Amino acid sequence: METSASGGVRFQVASDQSLLVYFDPTEKRSRVSRSAGINVATPLQNQISIEGHEQVRRLLRLLELEPVAGVRNLHPAYSSILIKFDALKLRHEELEEVLRRHITRLKKVALPKPRLVEIPVCYSEEFGPDLKDVAKLHKLALERVIELHRSTTYIVYFLGFVPGFAYLGELPEELATPRLPMPRKSVPPGSVGIAGTQTGVYPISTPGGWRLLGRTPLAMFRPERAEMSLLAIGDRVRFVPISREQFVKLENA
Amino acid sequence: MSLIEVRSPGLLTTVQDLGREGFGPMGVSSSGAADPLALRIGNRLVGNAESAAGLEMTLLGGTFLFPERAVVALTGADFGATLDDGNVEMWSSVEVQPGQILRLGPTRAGARSYLCARGGIDVKLFLGSASTHLLSGLGGLEGRALRKGDVLRIRAAQGSFRTFRKAKVAGRALEKLLPRKVLRVTAGPQADWFSEETQKAFYAGTYRVAEESNRMGLRLEGAAILTPSAGEMISEGVSLGAVQITASGLPIILFVEQQTTGGYPKIANVISADLSSLGQVRPRDEIRFEQVEMETARALLLEQEKLLTSKELIQE
Repeated sequence: METSASGGVRFQVASDQSLLVYFDPTEKRSRVSRSAGINVATPLQNQISIEGHEQVRRLLRLLELEPVAGVRNLHPAYSSILIKFDALKLRHEELEEVLRRHITRLKKVALPKPRLVEIPVCYSEEFGPDLKDVAKLHKLALERVIELHRSTTYIVYFLGFVPGFAYLGELPEELATPRLPMPRKSVPPGSVGIAGTQTGVYPISTPGGWRLLGRTPLAMFRPERAEMSLLAIGDRVRFVPISREQFVKLENA
Repeated sequence: MSLIEVRSPGLLTTVQDLGREGFGPMGVSSSGAADPLALRIGNRLVGNAESAAGLEMTLLGGTFLFPERAVVALTGADFGATLDDGNVEMWSSVEVQPGQILRLGPTRAGARSYLCARGGIDVKLFLGSASTHLLSGLGGLEGRALRKGDVLRIRAAQGSFRTFRKAKVAGRALEKLLPRKVLRVTAGPQADWFSEETQKAFYAGTYRVAEESNRMGLRLEGAAILTPSAGEMISEGVSLGAVQITASGLPIILFVEQQTTGGYPKIANVISADLSSLGQVRPRDEIRFEQVEMETARALLLEQEKLLTSKELIQE
């Protein structure tokens, strides 16, 4: 599909009304071998990078400050933004041109100082049905899994999937765990899960394939709150262990 | 102000408009009518702005009492509607007298029927839109599907409609808007991750829409697609109508209540002009994919918009 790259930025047509912008500082390129039955593709974005994340935040900020006529929505992710637009008003090439001009100005875009948000979590087999399996998989004690998860300061790379779901990174390498082979049909709200080197909190009950370690009593997304989402892109997050009693108390608070 | 009393909600009836765009950075997808063409035309028939809120019914319609006079239109799938004892013409404005009951049954073809009322359904807007987002319980009427006993308000319409003039969609226009079972797609952002053979198999294959399909996504059953060996990709923004290939090799088409980001490679994307057709696909229906060039996709959308805004669409 139409692709163009320059200066660590790559544009990719996603649909007739959307365009993907990748910030790819490592200049990793997709290598496709058509000789085999299956392509051997190296994922372009196989690394989470803070540089890429900051470029995403800057472009997001610029597009919010100076909206482009015809752009309808922005879906930021680790090191990319999907830009949805109205094809009756814009063409991919026109949007790309505007974005290229924006991108030359990114260095001058100031980002607010990150907030540190603490999220209380009750780590237990009751609330974290995968805690035991994760420990077994890595040959670690349960306590060590919890210790590793709580002792990292995470970055909110972006909100995605469902309202208020923050993608937090990165987990300590020792805790990197693949998703469940079969996603659960329903994950309770507040569940704290891990997948790959990511961690996150399910704001609402949804299907989900992340491995669950515990649960927070905090509401991650509340439409009646001025700041609907507890977390915003760029925030720093730490998980603070709490007991079951504290969980119940906070839940009813 | 006029009302609609819900005597029976049908299988899954929600308040929908054309969705809320602009909140992707919070993880909020647009939602909105699954068949936006049907909603837009319904609104035009009753003299509303195209984006007014109406009711979206799924597979089995509801029963509604109108305590006051109203002007309504039914568009989308034919659910065999009656008003008291008379049949109701689809794709046409209909005058409802005080106390009359509108009854809809099971679908005869298609998945979703729309009820638009002159003035539009009046619910509290969430982030600027009346659309229900069922998965997250946001928007619409308390973020949920309608229940028996709900009472919906209809907004006061601009101007009077003392003299009712019937408006209906021209037959020729309707033919052009018939839902398609062969969905046209453009190549997805990871199309080149799939071998030529795999892509050929994808376009040659027939897929059955699984029962657990909903407004979030359509799960397809059929011959599994060989997934790229590179393993999991990192999450990125996903567009409406994206055809993602899951680890099992089965496609999921992301729909109006889509997740905003995802980590599966996308082989294709349903073109905008065919998104309304996607809203009329039922579980167990068989669908196929046909690849078109980006220019074709754009031209088809322009053509559709032209038809929709043309004077020939509606006859009075």
